Amino acid sequence: MSTHTVTMTINGRRHTGTVEARVSLADFLRDQAGYTGVHLGCEHGVCGACTVLVEGNAVRSCLMLAVQADGAGVTTVEGLAAADGTLHRVQEALMNEHGLQCGFCTPGIVMTMAALSGEGKKATETELLDALSGHLCRCTGYQGIRRAAQQLAKPEAMDTANGEQS
Amino acid sequence: MSAPNASTGNTERTAVADTAQNGATRVAGMGSGRYIGKRAPRKEDPRLLTGRGQFVDDISLPGMLHVAFTRSPIARGAILSVNTEVARDVTGVHAIYTQQDLAVFNADMISFYLVSPDIKTTPLADGRVAYVGEPVALVIADNRHIAEDAASLVEVEYAEEDPVVTIGDARSGPTVHPGRDDNISVQMGEEELDEELADKLDSAPHLVTQKVVHQRISQSPMETRGVVATREGAQELTLYITCQSPHLVARWVSLALGVPQTAIRVIAKDVGGGFGLKNHPWKEETAVILATMLFDRPLKWIEDRYENLTASCQAREQEMVLQVAFDNDGKLLASHGDYSVNNGAFPQLSECNIAVHMFVWAAYKMPAYGFLTRGWYTNTPGYAAYRGPWGMESLIRETALDVAARRIGIDPIEIRRRNLVTLREQPAESVMGIPLEDVTPAECLEKLLEKFDVGQFRAEQASLRKEKRYLGLGIATYIEPTGAAGAITTMTGELAQVRIEPTGKVTATMSTHSQGHGTATTMAQIFADRLGVPYEDVSVFEGDSSRGGFSPGAAGSRQGVIAGGAAIMAADLLVSKVKTLAAHVLEADPGTVTIEDAMVRIEGSPEKSRSLAEIANIAYGEPDRLPAGFESGLEAQYRYQPPPMTFSSAANACVVEVDVDTGFVTILRWISSEDCGTAINPAVVEGQISGGLAQAIGMVLMEEVGFDARGNPVAATYKDYHLPAISDVPDFEFVHASTPSQSVGGMRGVGEGGAIIGVPTLVNAIADALSPFGEVPVELPLTPTRLLSVIEGRDLGAKAGSETTAVMASQPGAAPVDATPETPVAPPQATAEDATEAVRIDGDWNMALATPMGAQEMTGHFETSGETLSGYLASAEGQMDFTGTVAGNKLQFDLKVVKPMKITLKYNLEVNGDKISGKCKMGIMGSVKVTGQRAT
Ligand code: FES
Ligand code: FES
Repeated sequence: MSTHTVTMTINGRRHTGTVEARVSLADFLRDQAGYTGVHLGCEHGVCGACTVLVEGNAVRSCLMLAVQADGAGVTTVEGLAAADGTLHRVQEALMNEHGLQCGFCTPGIVMTMAALSGEGKKATETELLDALSGHLCRCTGYQGIRRAAQQLAKPEAMDTANGEQS
Repeated sequence: MSAPNASTGNTERTAVADTAQNGATRVAGMGSGRYIGKRAPRKEDPRLLTGRGQFVDDISLPGMLHVAFTRSPIARGAILSVNTEVARDVTGVHAIYTQQDLAVFNADMISFYLVSPDIKTTPLADGRVAYVGEPVALVIADNRHIAEDAASLVEVEYAEEDPVVTIGDARSGPTVHPGRDDNISVQMGEEELDEELADKLDSAPHLVTQKVVHQRISQSPMETRGVVATREGAQELTLYITCQSPHLVARWVSLALGVPQTAIRVIAKDVGGGFGLKNHPWKEETAVILATMLFDRPLKWIEDRYENLTASCQAREQEMVLQVAFDNDGKLLASHGDYSVNNGAFPQLSECNIAVHMFVWAAYKMPAYGFLTRGWYTNTPGYAAYRGPWGMESLIRETALDVAARRIGIDPIEIRRRNLVTLREQPAESVMGIPLEDVTPAECLEKLLEKFDVGQFRAEQASLRKEKRYLGLGIATYIEPTGAAGAITTMTGELAQVRIEPTGKVTATMSTHSQGHGTATTMAQIFADRLGVPYEDVSVFEGDSSRGGFSPGAAGSRQGVIAGGAAIMAADLLVSKVKTLAAHVLEADPGTVTIEDAMVRIEGSPEKSRSLAEIANIAYGEPDRLPAGFESGLEAQYRYQPPPMTFSSAANACVVEVDVDTGFVTILRWISSEDCGTAINPAVVEGQISGGLAQAIGMVLMEEVGFDARGNPVAATYKDYHLPAISDVPDFEFVHASTPSQSVGGMRGVGEGGAIIGVPTLVNAIADALSPFGEVPVELPLTPTRLLSVIEGRDLGAKAGSETTAVMASQPGAAPVDATPETPVAPPQATAEDATEAVRIDGDWNMALATPMGAQEMTGHFETSGETLSGYLASAEGQMDFTGTVAGNKLQFDLKVVKPMKITLKYNLEVNGDKISGKCKMGIMGSVKVTGQRAT
């Protein structure tokens, strides 16, 4: 089995490691870099729990190899809240709307919503719900997740997003 | 306490008082301090939203190695040889174990009731395999990749045999477990229909025979099973395991391994859903624990989704035929149920689901009911619980009522109104003897109808039908036993331990456990409310067997009800302590002391107000200032034993449209009207119901664990096993009726209800939509293919197990024919008389009663004198004397018992040589098998 040295910027910090070619980005992030907020619900690309941002795009880290992310900037759920602990507005919306129960699917849902609705980006409710249809949650019946998406798509939420930008 | 300590206490007090004041300013905006009933944000969320949860796979220990399993590729057969040579040679492999290696521990794979299994159950396969996916060998390696590589290199030679896959196969096929007479794992009720009941059914103006075939379900928590086990020397075992109660796991492991001397600590801080699958360890977890003890290194096993979908215990595969007789007004006259459940090969408990029969008519005015109920062994993964395990009762009853309403020509709402037991009619007793005092399904239904205009819907439905659009309305009502405690060993009360820390903050340890239930939130709300402190000041700890005390955790919709009561009682004890101390220190009357916003005040003397932290500091650090006899500190604990059962009630309505070209179902509206008594946090309550309803939608429309004829699982990924996605689940509307229960705090359980009531609600809506095409057979899931067959009038062919209907239809209530040859019964008279001399009855017998909770062992002592029999039955619970009669080799006697209920046990036994067998009829519960042999 060939091994490779990979370097990524994870949540703003440089991380270098040695991996076998077959190691997934998810396993690398969890086992080597210590970002256990990356959850593995299926390891075959359906549940979405493992979603992270690679260069700003939502990616299923169970379907990407660590070697493919060499040199990339990666954001996991640990890297979303501000340094002072202030939650990202996606996290806050999910908290306010009781969008989680066990919290296992949550990191992936947060990251998909953040990819569409973070840093001045503004997705419509339909866009958010379409993206969320690729996530499985066994606990909530999706009620709070949908309400959070609706909150984020509201015009006022846009202002806040822009406000955060400036 | 010595002086230096007291002075330290003083310094601290000053600092703490400041903090408390800051705290008070911060919380001032939070409102009145009444937290019960508020949609408080969850305590668990900040951790879980930022990736700081601690799930079992997040645990990594120094020196930890990884486990993978070699699993059986066949459903039934003997293991001829296991060759691990090649696998052992893989670099990074440390050990490979088979059952031979683990057998030294002689682990007893006990059930949820902590009873040994009826069939030999071992962590790894023992000479034979009984389902595809059964673990055969355990590989320990440096990492998961290597462990899996090596597991696939273990060579196992099998002699494959034809498997028994379905309930139908089990009735007629070979025995799954060698040495058993048949594939019945447990049976209750009467094989022969009671004549009086048969008459009532036969002579009724309307007889509806409803059949339901329920598919097998994978509980599918988003976090799969997993365990990290580590042994710290010979005396300590620590387990990180994803479970529903660390306390139950600790108790289970201690009993299963017979290692009471070992300090077992079980930690499960965060758990990604359980739903019944994670009640206690099963084959794989046990194998890993044993391997840890053998190999003496920390081991981790994390199930992957493929294993979870194909080899974990599963749930719900069942069939039932319910006959219901009505008069011309649609009033219930009599009913009979015949139920079967697939237990798989190694079930977590031998289940015949007696609860289905206990509750099927519990909330309805049903004069007569009889049943036969059985569990069947098959060559499939074992049975485990799934949210609302007895939910078949609501599914079959509520769908049968709709069929009856259509046939008799009355409104489905009206048929329920005529038969439900209303609040005014209580107290009442159900046909199965369940006392009803405050169930409110009828009232929930009326409340629901205030929110849904049925007349308007019917008009819309009629006009759309003209456009060939098919809308349907489904209504269902039910009651559910929740918060049960006292009848089953593991279903205990709950413990709350709470203290006001010297800082004035509140910490509590609970026997509860959350797999998403948010008990750290709801319990904190109760403490904040009752203690008069800000919600932010309360921290609740759970998820560690070294904290709190025993409880089964999440099982049977119980935590809000029982632990809620415990939290209230403990908080009240603590409040009275604070009052006593404050009154003493501030020289006031205890009756004038109040606590609000963490401030202790004396009515009429505002100048005497002190922060709770100040009082707490005195309690811990200044013993000289305490009243005489006052226990220092501010701590209290209470284990609450609730009433044996607390009922929740609900009525649900949903509207669907069925596309008659594609067979697809769109859910247009869903209203849940439920009575959960006091809602501690309505957002948590609605979350529980919503999750259950989504699971109900999955059961009705999409989920299915299937097998091919060789017992191979056909749903191996989430591409084949369809969980509902956000696009499949509508917005749920809620109506809360809140009739306080008789439990402390007035709560009623809501954990399982959605998964129970949602199923018939949706099925009824679909059946209503398609009623112009005929009745929809209730064979779940109702896939587009199945619905199109109704719409297009095609017969998809009878499914396995349909022989039940055939028999039932022609001969109501008769027992399905078993192909297994019956044990020859001694022909009447002649043989019996001949036998008289030869029969030896007197003496001691080792006997076992096959109850649904497992085999109950007892010793029987018989003495005969002519036709008179006397003797006693003795078990761990005590000894009971009886007298009865003997005729030839046949014995008859009655025993009156009062626990767990008042019941007369009627024994009918037969002695054949050194064997004794027969039945014990347990009143309305029906008969169970008795077997035994002469004690030597
Ligand atoms: S774990 Fe990656 S999609 Fe499920
Ligand atoms: S919150 Fe448990 S799976 Fe989504």
